[in-house]
Amino acid sequence: MKHLNARNIGLGLYLFGLILPIYWLINMSFKTNVEITSGLTLWPHEPILANYGKIFNDPSWYLGYVHSITYVLINMVISIVVALPAAYAFSRYRFLGDKHLFFWLLSNRMAPAAVYALPFFNLYSSVGLFDTPWAVALAHCLFNVPLAVWILEGFISGVPREIDETAQIDGYSFPRFFVKIFVPLIANGIGVAAFFCFMFSWVELLLARTLTATDAKPITSIMTRTVSASGVDWGLLAAAGVLCMIPGAIVIWFVRNHIAKGFALGRV
Amino acid sequence: MNDKPINNKAWFFVLPVLIIVLFSALLPLMTVVNYSVQDTIGQNSFFWNGAAWFRELLDPTTDLGDRFSGALQRNLLFSFIILIIEVPLGIGVSLCMPRSGWKVGPTLVVMALPLLIPWNVVGTIWQTFCRLDIGLFGATLVNLGFPYNYIADAGSAWFTIILVDVWHWTSLVALLCFAGLNAIPNAYYQAARIDGASRASIFFNIELPKLRRVLVIAILLRFMDSFMIYTEPFVVSGGGPGNATTFISVDLVKIALGEFDLGRAAALSLVYNIIILAVCWLFFTVTTHLEQREFRAS
Repeated sequence: MKHLNARNIGLGLYLFGLILPIYWLINMSFKTNVEITSGLTLWPHEPILANYGKIFNDPSWYLGYVHSITYVLINMVISIVVALPAAYAFSRYRFLGDKHLFFWLLSNRMAPAAVYALPFFNLYSSVGLFDTPWAVALAHCLFNVPLAVWILEGFISGVPREIDETAQIDGYSFPRFFVKIFVPLIANGIGVAAFFCFMFSWVELLLARTLTATDAKPITSIMTRTVSASGVDWGLLAAAGVLCMIPGAIVIWFVRNHIAKGFALGRV
Repeated sequence: MNDKPINNKAWFFVLPVLIIVLFSALLPLMTVVNYSVQDTIGQNSFFWNGAAWFRELLDPTTDLGDRFSGALQRNLLFSFIILIIEVPLGIGVSLCMPRSGWKVGPTLVVMALPLLIPWNVVGTIWQTFCRLDIGLFGATLVNLGFPYNYIADAGSAWFTIILVDVWHWTSLVALLCFAGLNAIPNAYYQAARIDGASRASIFFNIELPKLRRVLVIAILLRFMDSFMIYTEPFVVSGGGPGNATTFISVDLVKIALGEFDLGRAAALSLVYNIIILAVCWLFFTVTTHLEQREFRAS
């Protein structure tokens, strides 16, 4: 019993450490700037909603959230749709150059975004996609497509090949088999892959900031506006930050039962 | 693994991925290669410069070479420190996590939360948490008498950025290990209990070997991402004080998008990319060899 208590205390301390900085931000978002700068208070003594009100009433603020979610969703759909057949091929067949191709794909996941910032800027400007959600969505494919292929390959390899063969004998054409039978079978894997695409596209700043100017500016780069000549509007910055955490928290809640397997990329 | 049928038509399945990766990776990379061997005098007039940028970059006596070798050393030191902290801590946390019951869900959600916070918001959170005037952590440390100031003092800046990274990413290691631990059949533990094995020997003989595969993924991911670190030092310390927390990514963005020095930035990009690729390839080859040997032995 004593042993169990030590484990609980250790875990409790860790979770407390994770939450404390987040709590501090939430705490600040309900304070006035006067209260923030005049001293440390562990909870807002005069809680206000003005910081949130400002964001929800100003289109140049709340459109940032719309832009971010737009490119994240576009990226998620593109990544999953192109990664599914490729993952199937890697899992089921051997073909010329398959191992090299797989490593080359993964190597793109390892490429630092900073390397690509400038060429992306040139490329998307020349094809007229600069400052649209499509530019960011396509740019994020750089690391999300390989990741999706990797995760889906793991999940697909967990489905016995006999199922493919049985469906063929039963007279299913390949596209019909794939959509009607196979996709529902690996629904969990698709969910996990989508979660990871969401995660990495949502948290990325460098490419999203470089590829947008005004019309598709993500919320994460609008946040820097709170720093002005008169100092930082801490309350507003904190409120914007808190709102950035909410979509992630919602998504985690939905996938919490698959999250552990997902983080191991289906490879346990 | 080896009973898969050979079918070169499988290339058609891979084609969409190839097209999108060609567009979003290879094309930009070619641009970088192009820049790296040319010099510009503005107005889009480029001329051939050969390997001069690379020579300058790899020669530590020049200004650029000095910047690069400094940033590279800081990057390697940083990756080393966070791996040494995060891997054992992550294993420890995963051993403490509940395996069943109502606590599992909330624990997983809280642990995954830092992973889904946009990176510059992570920076903002820690900036507000560590500031000496309005931050709980910074003010507490100063009141306790520690000489903590992450803006002016290099040691404090390093401490802060390592702390941010540990806060941000230890959960990833822990969640991976948690998945690995859950895959161990209960029978193993029962057998160990019958044999009267101690807690330590259960860990070293049953749990750790089973964790090896996930630990490989964890170490690889953490090395890559810590080696590419950009946003946290950019937001928290801005690379300072001086250049104490200027990592390669930070410097690269400064050269490419700040100073618009395309040739030098491109050469730096390529060398940076090659280092990461080489380390990952080495890692990949070694682990697949180990796995094959294990496969043959069993």
